[in-house]
Amino acid sequence: MTRMCLLIALLVPISGHAFAAESQAEQGREVYQKWCTPCHGTGLGKPGTSALAAHGAKPAVLEQRTDLTPKMIETAVRKGVYFMPRFRKTEISNADLAAIVAYLAHK
Amino acid sequence: MPSLPPGVNRKDFQDAIAQFQAAVGKEWVFTSDEDVDLYRDSYSPFWNEPEDPVPSAALAPDGVEQVQQIVRIANKYKIPLWTVSTGKNLAYGGSAPRLSGSVVLDLKRMNRILEVNDRNHYALVEPGVSYFDLYRYTQEKGLNVFIDAPDPGWGSPMGNTLDRGGGHTPLRDHFSTLCGMEVVLASGDVVRTGMGALPNSRTWQQYKYGFGPYVDGMFTQSNYGIVTKMGVWLYPMPEMRFTGIVSVPKHDDLIPMVDTLSYLMNSNIVLGTTSIASSLRALARDPELIALRSKAGGAGIPELEEYLRGKNLPYWSIELPFYGPTEVVPAQWAFAKRKFSAIPGVQFRDGASNKLPPGPEDLAKVANPVPLGVPSLAIFAALGTNGVGHIDFSPITPMTGEAVFEMLDVFDKVSNEMGIDNVLSVIAGTYYPRSFFFLFTFPIVHDVERNRKTRAAFQRLVQVGAEHGWGEYRTHLAFMDDVANAYSFNNHALLRLHETLKDALDPNGILAPGKSGIWPKHMRKRRV
Repeated sequence: MTRMCLLIALLVPISGHAFAAESQAEQGREVYQKWCTPCHGTGLGKPGTSALAAHGAKPAVLEQRTDLTPKMIETAVRKGVYFMPRFRKTEISNADLAAIVAYLAHK
Repeated sequence: MPSLPPGVNRKDFQDAIAQFQAAVGKEWVFTSDEDVDLYRDSYSPFWNEPEDPVPSAALAPDGVEQVQQIVRIANKYKIPLWTVSTGKNLAYGGSAPRLSGSVVLDLKRMNRILEVNDRNHYALVEPGVSYFDLYRYTQEKGLNVFIDAPDPGWGSPMGNTLDRGGGHTPLRDHFSTLCGMEVVLASGDVVRTGMGALPNSRTWQQYKYGFGPYVDGMFTQSNYGIVTKMGVWLYPMPEMRFTGIVSVPKHDDLIPMVDTLSYLMNSNIVLGTTSIASSLRALARDPELIALRSKAGGAGIPELEEYLRGKNLPYWSIELPFYGPTEVVPAQWAFAKRKFSAIPGVQFRDGASNKLPPGPEDLAKVANPVPLGVPSLAIFAALGTNGVGHIDFSPITPMTGEAVFEMLDVFDKVSNEMGIDNVLSVIAGTYYPRSFFFLFTFPIVHDVERNRKTRAAFQRLVQVGAEHGWGEYRTHLAFMDDVANAYSFNNHALLRLHETLKDALDPNGILAPGKSGIWPKHMRKRRV
């Protein structure tokens, strides 16, 4: 019984944290679909993906990348890159941006 | 720390900021360098130059009452406000103000879709609603409406209509779809236009004019008020879109070709945006063509016609868009072919055919779904991978073949004179009825000298265009004074009228100083 209580006590914070991360990543997926997919999605007419491909990014679809750092994502969103403009906090809040980071890092 | 608004001392500015915070909440008043930088123009032709406009702060209200409070505070402290809706008017200034030190009034949070009616086909929206938002809403609700979006879908129906933008489908002239506005005046008063002035009105979005003078146009491309609600007409979902391609072999065939196009468009048979395609422009880098043009005396028209004949290519072609019932569209195409058949050697080819609304499989096959009523960002692919943005010189010309010849000739001469690359992206576009629209897309780069050269070329084109009677329909912040000054009939009578209205409606000059070349009295010396 004591061992069981200890196990639960150890697991709960970890699962809680994992759940929060999962939830943030899910929120990030929704934000990503709204704000990023029109440019960075797959298929025809996705200029962000085309531009990244032209600059040699592999893979060019951001959701398929595993090397994106929070700094890279935050800089692109807040400073812009190539013809991608800056995004204001009324468009993508800091919480939304953190969620995008969590989603892309989760991939 | 960002700069202060012109003529406002730091103490007053700090007091105003505190009052703005009380009005909209501290979270929605942005004053740090980092936050204010987000409002700079990502496509600024003044990149890394002192003239690049920088706001002093930004405010993001959530409703019309907050906008009224902001306006009253701004009036008290004489703080200039620059209003943006979604702030994505890229190539025209984005979310940056004309005047450095202005406080940006960011209406993105006012993003409610108040009504979409698919029995009378209209929407009532707030400023922060994007074309993507409106499309998603109509899809989720299964509404029988068809959205005409401009090329980038992240703009707003309200902002694009206020800047008199254009799209691709039957309702492409967005100003013509405007039906009823709610406007906060500089005094803080709220006005509803058209039938909206009638308490308990039941036709605000169905009948445009109300009673008395029609003032809606006054609030477009202007700085007389802050529009907080707008009605826009939508098209009933057509059954299909089809394009038919018409090609002609000779240079002078363009004249009857355009006359026929004009007849078909003004008869509401051809119902969308198209433009003239020139095989010679497409082949500009072909060594054979370059050699032909480089010989002494240049290439004559008969030689160019012969060159194209040798390649089995037309001199001109045009892709006609048709929207409508499945029984009617083929008949319209047949009629169009009959009318164009008066041109010897004309050829016809069927283009794309899409049932509407398009399904996911249809959308997967098209590079740009905007003509199918689906907002997109695909247009940015056309900008290529170089440069960080663009600005557009876009004059309006007569809808005649002769005007096209003249425009191409004049532009070539100015390009040679100014050493400009070929930046002509649209020849004779039909975004607006009864006129042609040309688009010259200048890349913006992180190179001060190259941007200076671009600005000089742009200003020269405005001047040369005006000499030929071609005016711009809309322009970037940097050229608003140039373009406004080109509309100079009777010693700038129109601009003087604009200024009279400005002085009457906004005596402290707090609303968007410099928008469309209209400056408040105390800043009028800035006019070129």
